[in-house]
Amino acid sequence: MIGGLFIYNHKGEVLISRVYRDDIGRNAVDAFRVNVIHARQQVRSPVTNIARTSFFHVKRSNIWLAAVTKQNVNAAMVFEFLYKMCDVMTAYFGKISEENIKNNFVLIYELLDEILDFGYPQNSETGALKTFITQTGIKSQSKEEQSQITSQVTGQIGWRREGIKYRRNELFLDVLESVNLLMSPQGQVLSAHVSGRVVMKSYLSGMPECKFGMNDKIVIDKQGKGGGATGQSIAIDDCTFHQCVRLSKFDAERSISFIPPDGECELMRYRTTKDIILPFRVIPLVREVGRTKLEVKVVIKSNFKPSLLAQKIEVRIPTPLNTSGVQVICMKGKAKYKASENAIVWKIKRMAGMKESQISAEIELLPTNDKKKWARPPISMNFEVPFAPSGLKVRYLKVFEPKLNYSDHDVIKWVRYIGRSGIYETRC
Amino acid sequence: MEWANQLCENRQFGSKMTDSKYFTTTKKGEIFELKAELNSDKKEKKKEAVKKVIASMTVGKDVSALFPDVVNCMQTDNLELKKLVYLYLMNYAKSQPDMAIMAVNTFVKDCEDANPLIRALAVRTMGCIRVDKITEYLCEPLRKCLKDEDPYVRKTAAVCVAKLHDINAQLVEDQGFLDTLKDLISDSNPMVVANAVAALSEIAESHPNSNLLDLNPQSINKLLTALNECTEWGQIFILDCLANYTPRDDRESQSICERVTPRLSHANSAVVLSAVKVLMKFMEMLPKDLDYYGTLLKKLAPPLVTLLSAEPELQYVALRNINLIVQKRPEILKHEMKVFFVKYNDPIYVKLEKLDIMIRLASQANIAQVLAELKEYATEVDVDFVRKAVRAIGRCAIKVEQSAERCVSTLLDLIQTKVNYVVQEAIVVIKDIFRKYPNKYESVIATLCENLDSLDEPEARAAMIWIVGEYAERIDNADELLESFLEGFHDESTQVQLQLLTAIVKLFLKKPTETQELVQQVLSLATQDSDNPDLRDRGYIYWRLLSTDPVAAKEVVLAEKPLISEETDLIEPTLLEELICHIGTLASVYHKPPSAFVEGSRGVMHKRLPARTGSGESTESPDVGTAAGGSAPEAAPSIIPSQGDLLGDLLNLDMAPPTTTGPPPPNTGMQMGGMDLLGGGLDSLMGDESEPLGGDIGGSPAMGAGFGAAPAVMPASLNAPVGGGLGDLFDLGGGVGMPMGAYIPPKTVWLPAMKAKGLEISGTFARRAGVIQMELILTNKAMSVMTDFAIQFNRNSFGLAPAGPLQVLTPLGPNQTIEVSLPLSTVGPVMKMDPLNNLQVAVKNNIDVFYFSCQYPISMLFVEDGKMERQVFLATWKDIPNDNESQFQIKDCHLNSDAASSKLQGSNIFTIAKRTVEGQDMLYMSIKLSNGIWVLAELRVQAGNPNYTISLKCRAPEVSQCVFQCYEAVLKN
Repeated sequence: MIGGLFIYNHKGEVLISRVYRDDIGRNAVDAFRVNVIHARQQVRSPVTNIARTSFFHVKRSNIWLAAVTKQNVNAAMVFEFLYKMCDVMTAYFGKISEENIKNNFVLIYELLDEILDFGYPQNSETGALKTFITQTGIKSQSKEEQSQITSQVTGQIGWRREGIKYRRNELFLDVLESVNLLMSPQGQVLSAHVSGRVVMKSYLSGMPECKFGMNDKIVIDKQGKGGGATGQSIAIDDCTFHQCVRLSKFDAERSISFIPPDGECELMRYRTTKDIILPFRVIPLVREVGRTKLEVKVVIKSNFKPSLLAQKIEVRIPTPLNTSGVQVICMKGKAKYKASENAIVWKIKRMAGMKESQISAEIELLPTNDKKKWARPPISMNFEVPFAPSGLKVRYLKVFEPKLNYSDHDVIKWVRYIGRSGIYETRC
Repeated sequence: MEWANQLCENRQFGSKMTDSKYFTTTKKGEIFELKAELNSDKKEKKKEAVKKVIASMTVGKDVSALFPDVVNCMQTDNLELKKLVYLYLMNYAKSQPDMAIMAVNTFVKDCEDANPLIRALAVRTMGCIRVDKITEYLCEPLRKCLKDEDPYVRKTAAVCVAKLHDINAQLVEDQGFLDTLKDLISDSNPMVVANAVAALSEIAESHPNSNLLDLNPQSINKLLTALNECTEWGQIFILDCLANYTPRDDRESQSICERVTPRLSHANSAVVLSAVKVLMKFMEMLPKDLDYYGTLLKKLAPPLVTLLSAEPELQYVALRNINLIVQKRPEILKHEMKVFFVKYNDPIYVKLEKLDIMIRLASQANIAQVLAELKEYATEVDVDFVRKAVRAIGRCAIKVEQSAERCVSTLLDLIQTKVNYVVQEAIVVIKDIFRKYPNKYESVIATLCENLDSLDEPEARAAMIWIVGEYAERIDNADELLESFLEGFHDESTQVQLQLLTAIVKLFLKKPTETQELVQQVLSLATQDSDNPDLRDRGYIYWRLLSTDPVAAKEVVLAEKPLISEETDLIEPTLLEELICHIGTLASVYHKPPSAFVEGSRGVMHKRLPARTGSGESTESPDVGTAAGGSAPEAAPSIIPSQGDLLGDLLNLDMAPPTTTGPPPPNTGMQMGGMDLLGGGLDSLMGDESEPLGGDIGGSPAMGAGFGAAPAVMPASLNAPVGGGLGDLFDLGGGVGMPMGAYIPPKTVWLPAMKAKGLEISGTFARRAGVIQMELILTNKAMSVMTDFAIQFNRNSFGLAPAGPLQVLTPLGPNQTIEVSLPLSTVGPVMKMDPLNNLQVAVKNNIDVFYFSCQYPISMLFVEDGKMERQVFLATWKDIPNDNESQFQIKDCHLNSDAASSKLQGSNIFTIAKRTVEGQDMLYMSIKLSNGIWVLAELRVQAGNPNYTISLKCRAPEVSQCVFQCYEAVLKN
């Protein structure tokens, strides 16, 4: 299991050091600093073995978190734990920075004591932790409160405490998708997929039983026999769920039922590869005019309902390292050559569906005797659209709370779809 | 700590949010100041001071001098302060054991506190204080906490048992904590169950043979129930534990798989990977034609792909595992090539791993896409990545024949880019393509030759020289090209020198008239001016060959080369199987067995995949396949378990050398020979008569040690000059007496070349004419010659020992294989092994000493005079208590009772009587082991029913399991 956990700043100085096992000595702290943080070359692996000791690290801004062990631990678990650790810290004190860590070191030690026992991860749900690890010193608890805490920390529904009350029962569902594309210069889709998340923010009283429904092809097809097919359905390649969702029920009947944690949680992640709506098409044209000049023309076409508006559009056209000057002409938005980034960045604030826009640039090059050809990195794009490129639709989210008397109709529900570009690249 | 000082200068004191001030302390007299503050009356001040101490501790300052003062702060009802003091205690108690005792009272008191959080905190912290004296005081509170009414306390106490075990294993056993821990597996609270499982798994790892984690269908059922209810971490503990279980049959295997599959949708990647591990392992047991098998295969692909959208570090772990899964079961991901395409901003470690998997998945169906991708990658920035991409193109050419042409033209395009390292890498792979498809793509040689000057890496230079030499007859200026290399001969690396020597000799053999001078030049450079023995030797060989018999030289040097294999970089199958059992763990990330990077005994136990056996095995003995999974019943190679033994063997081998190569000392040889003649003669005389007389002479316990075992030694001395010649003769003789011949298991690899610096050993055991022989195949897969072989056994259950030296008289050259048969005696030192038929072997050669362990079929030890008289049989059967009887099932055996009987007799299992009751044949049989143990058997065969039932009775019931395995092996082969 995990033998120790260290947090370093960018210089490699230790901010937090907690050792769980005897086989991890103080020299492990230095070994990581010398061999990884101060290493001359780029990190080649997130797992490093130094003198029979294995180090797992993740980096958050310029803070290094390292878990250390001498055993054959479950590596996936260690990384999941490190991410969870980051989530917990963020939930307690915001951004993970050197300053915040130093300001909260007592709290961090307290958390580490609680969520990692002898190197075994324990309940690390922030909702539960916040009931008894607080920043404001210890509150005196009554006996009932104490047993409520312990039963929540160890219980089946470790992520939600009992007795939550809201005057207004409300929930927000965000379908957040990132659409990824790799396209050949000829416009052939080399790979495309959508990775989506359903984020739920709920303010519901009691212990509400929820049931979530979407236009999942498998479910629709099953029901389709009885009633008429309702709209389009989508094929989900795979999905994963927050631990509140009853997986065996999903496996058996493909229904998504759960008691949500209070506040925000990521209910589900999914991935689709079929029938993706690609919001933009990029058509590049690069011509080399002699050895010192390049002509670039890029057309972007929006491919969705004209009534919808895409936002924050940015096209990034890479330029060779020996670029000496660039002249750009664009019909819409603003374009600039950024020498430091070796790219022309073209920004458009808004663009409606079924439109087209164009940019052309002349790139002057310095003559070089470098034999190596320019690698022509792909043209990448960023954007945000108000629909789900996968075609996912929320059909319902039903809430039942048998003990308190509010019904599904009393809950105010909000649904929002946001599609963003993931890695959206076209080779040129 | 400078940063700490700087930081505090412009920081305001007082406000709550500035704890970082504690990281600063004035250097002068700080300890003294802290001491004063710790002893202050004001609670707040005390707390501040403790915080300062902890901050100093974090940055590595020694604040152990404050021990008594900090411990004094422990008695407080302020939980935050208490936790800080505990933290300090955990760090320094070990350096101040006497003072740590001061804290005991508080701990004991806290363990009785009304607040469960405080009780748990106390027991958690106490376990972390690794001082012997404290552990004694810990026992009572721990016992109470294990039975606490509050689950939070119980789950903490469960982990505490593992902590205590780490400090003092004996104490934990003596106090009976292990039993309490086992009880917790049935706890009502899922988290308690999960922690108990984690603790037990860890403790079981350090006792590989204990039956601690008594996994049986009932307990498995409990675990599967808890799986649905506990936290994500608990699910991981349980799944990892489940992976160590070996289901009894395919049906149980399927039902566990069914209950584990829902976990594949968990958001936590570690849960998913651990579930994949369980499924991959249990799938081995499912029949391939089962519908469910296909369904399961289909279910595995999507979650594996989803892992690739996790954070990069997890992607890396996932990719390393997918690499293994793809090698084991390529069908799972064969349609998922696209998801492994590299993204421009993937971290380099993800890119390199994806590339590896792309090559493994490359097939005729997707090769066009793959090649297009690889070509893109070859223009990227990262040098390692580009090289690997170029190499990958070559590997595609070798793997998918239809694509070879396209690959070659892609490589040529890349050579045109003139990027130095791309060109060199391309030439290296083109050499391999030439070897795979000879006489097909030589038209590109001209282009390659143009780039001769830019090659500065030895591998590329050597590859190019090889090409020039191999195709010298088609390259007009081959002599000039090679001559240009020759100028700087002494500055080249050995690799290039050797290649150049060979290439010029090839050239000479092809164009002898023009190149005489050149060949003389290179031969003299290699033989006279070089210090490198390899180079000199090769030079001399060529020289002599050329001067004595040029025709022979041609045959040798220009011989047809063996084709190269399609798949490169494959993990060796036994290692792959082991790594599959370690999916998700570090071993799967490193692609090394845990023993390669874990110190001590922990995790060194080798895991194996279960065999696809149907339900025949281990019905009666649930402990066979359980525990750390290491005791799957069939004889497969595994490695000697503990470091201690290795050392012992090493010493043994050096100090007592009865078995070095070369002729054995003559006097011992004579002595043994005398005994052999007598013993062997007697034995073969009685082989099939087996009167009670024979039993008395050969195998009465009194004689067993001295005389009875002698036959086994026989050929050792006789066959010294000629490998196993005499053994074979005797085989013939034995065949007359035995109707079917003894069962000899197929040879298996005992020592893979990877683990033994190129020496691969596979082998089996045979009993020929009363002589036990270990039949070995030694293969040299290394580049250098191996000599000086010797062999030694560790002590084992039946005293097996080599009866003579290992007969490897000639040195074993690279790629050479030799078959040796080593006669064994049963008079060696005895030590009970687990499993009983385990044999640990050390083999030495001029390079190193290597260790492996293997399992011999116990039938090797069945002596020829094992036929008991009827009356004696009856009396003995009654005499042996019923507790010693064990019953087994042999499934799917389609022999009738007579055929079975004669087959068994071939392996010295003698049928004494046969009885037929209601269509059921009952065969009564006897067996005698080399050490005089008798095993009596009753075999029930029902006409038309392929399942046999066998009951075994023996005074030493431990052997029953092994004997049963023999029955099964003999009857099914």
